[in-house]
Amino acid sequence: MADDHGARDVVSAGQSARSVAVPVSASQETSVSPGLGVIAPDRFENPGIPPHQPRVTDLDPKKEKRAERTVYTLFYLSLAGSVFAIAAYFGFPIEENNIASTRMNNLMIGIGISLALLAIGIAAVHWGKALMPEEEMIDHRHPVIGSPATRARAVEIFDQANKESGLGRRSLLRNSLIGALVAFPLPAIVLFRDLYPGNQEDPVSALSHTMWKEGVRLTRDPSGTPIRASEVTLGSAFHVIPEGLDESEHYLEEKAKAAVLLMRLRPDELNEIEERKSWSYDGIVAYSKICTHVGCPVALYEQITHHLLCPCHQSQFDVTNHCEVIFGPAARPLPQLPIAVDDEGYLIAQSDFTEPVGPSFWERASVNDN
Amino acid sequence: MSTTTEPKRTRTSSYTAAAANYIDERTTISAVVKEFGRKIFPDHWSFMLGEVALYSFVVILLTGTFLTFFYDPSMAETHYEGSYVPLKGVEMSVAMASTLDISFDIRGGLLIRQIHHWGALLFIAATGLHMLRVFFTGTFRKPRELNWVIGFGLFILAMGEGFTGYSLPDDLLSGNGLRIIEGLVMGIPVIGTWISFLLFGGEFPGTAIVGRLYTLHILLLPAVLVALLALHLVFVVVHKHTQFAGPGRTNENVLGVPILPTFAAKAGGFFFIVFGVIVVMATFFAINPIWNYGPYDPSPVSAGTQPDWYIGFADGALRLIPPGLEIEFLNRTWSFNILIPMVALGAIIVLPMIYPFLEHWITRDNREHHIADRPRNAPTRTGIGAAGVTFYGVLWAAASSDLIATHFDLAMEHVIHFLQAAAILGPVVAYLITKRVCLALMKKDREIALHGIESGRIVKLPGGEFIEVHEQLDDYDRWKLVSYNDYAPLMIRPNSRGKITAATRVRAGLSRWFFEDRIAPVTRRDVELSHGEHHAAAAIEGEHQSAIGADRNRH
Repeated sequence: MADDHGARDVVSAGQSARSVAVPVSASQETSVSPGLGVIAPDRFENPGIPPHQPRVTDLDPKKEKRAERTVYTLFYLSLAGSVFAIAAYFGFPIEENNIASTRMNNLMIGIGISLALLAIGIAAVHWGKALMPEEEMIDHRHPVIGSPATRARAVEIFDQANKESGLGRRSLLRNSLIGALVAFPLPAIVLFRDLYPGNQEDPVSALSHTMWKEGVRLTRDPSGTPIRASEVTLGSAFHVIPEGLDESEHYLEEKAKAAVLLMRLRPDELNEIEERKSWSYDGIVAYSKICTHVGCPVALYEQITHHLLCPCHQSQFDVTNHCEVIFGPAARPLPQLPIAVDDEGYLIAQSDFTEPVGPSFWERASVNDN
Repeated sequence: MSTTTEPKRTRTSSYTAAAANYIDERTTISAVVKEFGRKIFPDHWSFMLGEVALYSFVVILLTGTFLTFFYDPSMAETHYEGSYVPLKGVEMSVAMASTLDISFDIRGGLLIRQIHHWGALLFIAATGLHMLRVFFTGTFRKPRELNWVIGFGLFILAMGEGFTGYSLPDDLLSGNGLRIIEGLVMGIPVIGTWISFLLFGGEFPGTAIVGRLYTLHILLLPAVLVALLALHLVFVVVHKHTQFAGPGRTNENVLGVPILPTFAAKAGGFFFIVFGVIVVMATFFAINPIWNYGPYDPSPVSAGTQPDWYIGFADGALRLIPPGLEIEFLNRTWSFNILIPMVALGAIIVLPMIYPFLEHWITRDNREHHIADRPRNAPTRTGIGAAGVTFYGVLWAAASSDLIATHFDLAMEHVIHFLQAAAILGPVVAYLITKRVCLALMKKDREIALHGIESGRIVKLPGGEFIEVHEQLDDYDRWKLVSYNDYAPLMIRPNSRGKITAATRVRAGLSRWFFEDRIAPVTRRDVELSHGEHHAAAAIEGEHQSAIGADRNRH
């Protein structure tokens, strides 16, 4: 730091206890505006540092000795802790397929290291507090602003550099330099374009379809066995994935879009709109499991009320009313998967979802139009 | 001194001297020692909060380096074959499998992982408390405004480090966290979809994100964080530490202990204590048991999911939004249920960050301030801070809305509705109460400075009246109560062109809001006047007078 007074300014508080009763109105206070600050003319003056109170270790050599003993005992204890930690590393090994041994290993090494660290720490602090001088010392502050001479010299240097380089005068040089400097990082930004490689599917199109298409069987998650309509008893709910998901090259990505919940209600409990009456089968309905809020799985089904609950942000969807939102931050109903039954009695999809599943995105409205 | 020890000492000291000389000839280290060796640091318990943050960061750096030797940030699928029996044969990413190996098959690995996680939680907690300390004591004022902003940069980076690290094990819980981030990013107008695809390298979850987060977590964010941290500390040295008001402490000095040896012993020892406490937590308390959650899968999720505590306020903001706030307009989707929480979170970060500049614009106080305010002596600022803390706290509580509902047997809807109301009304109520409490405390201080403290001694006067004798404060104690900054509201005056600008009106309005309820520090004249009353009253009551006199003499 440029503060070259530093060392000289430090004086023991005891020596100059009276001389530091500096009123608030020293140097900078008069030159710098206090703004709305009010300085009362008859304010109290700083009384200076109170007289020093010695500690017991300053007065009683026995106490001082005892503090010293405490400190070195703790340092030795720390040494023992470190040794113990190393011994525990070998003495409490992890045995294969034995969780208890992992726990013991963690515990014993941890106790050793804790002891090693805490003992050093407490000893050093105790040393500092009980044995090292605790009388407060004074360091003087100087305004953070550079001294007038330093500032003048800085201005002079800038002026000179400006004159010598012609930065201010030769405006063409300056402007072209600024242009070049603005432009040169741009390629670096462009280079990041292929974080999503350019030869891949357009994002909007990728988000707009799932693995479901006409005739794909609904299968159990995660076993992949197909589901017969007759197995879906009244009041039951199934976690569903499309048939063939296991073979998919992008298993997690497809699952993140195609996960479906299947529930059976009494047909008279469903308030179905006209054009979706054919999307369910005998009270069996299938809805996307991916929340329309930010994409958590809507995994909790309340059988009595026929509500689906998202455990992340508590959006609730009413299955009897096409999964419309009845509570929580989600804005859109869960998309419905139109289902039917094939010749063998298995549940199949009639088509893909008719709208993008999952969280909203900027271009989503334009996808709906298509 | 005995002659036998003399030559020995000379020899050892000559070795040390030679070594010091060798280094100094090549580094000018003596100048550094001369400059900083006896630099003074003031003492106060609250100054330790920043130290806790610094030391836990060092702990995180050390343990994180260890973890990088064993962790593999690959999202390739593998079958787990390690020691943890319940997950044997389960398909998971290499990242998850290597995290499990660190936990179950590397000796001490679980300990280091838990130190790293506990350390991270403590780091962010200590950073937050340190910021609250700085805010409530007003030590962000000139010349420390820029360091306050740097501190915010550190806070944001700390949360970013936390979140990126939390996601690396690729377990079910952190995967859901990433899914939420993806959903948030997609809700950003115009660029959201593309940002999400660039971040994840395609559709969620993809196979790139863990590797990318790893680069951010161990390279980019720590590099920026260390640079800002260094700058933060350089400024602490340049400005010298603030101190609380006290006898002998002025705006032009700093009282405390020198770096060598006392501060070094205390702070160095404190580093080991912080480290030790984190290790104790890691030894006895499990953190983030990913083996209970299992590998990430987009379909399952458990009830009661929560992020690490420092992301709670963001999760809570998402939960409190009422339904239906999404519109389709101009053939595009506008997700206000995402945007409003994002704005709220931005406000939580940006408003406190710019607060010092706002306060300076109101006071136009260009003096340097090195004396920390007692929070009560800046009632409006303290009230504003309390309002901010309340808002944050409500959002934070909302992140556990479902757990609050199940634990206290409440309907979840009621909890959410209560918290929605609390998010708006809570800060107002907190502001009003805090400001009033501060003013009341200032009045009490004033009372004590003027009349002293109640001694508990009851004296019967000759007239039969009973009075309690007040003991006057000594100069040192009184100074703590009377040495605060006092401000008065701005009087609106026309400027040089005879006009009153709108900005002036706003500033005057704000200054009234800040300083209209004002309790000026007690002055010498105030005390004289109050004593005057005393004397007049006591003149006829000699016994009382002498009681006080005796009291003073004893002091």
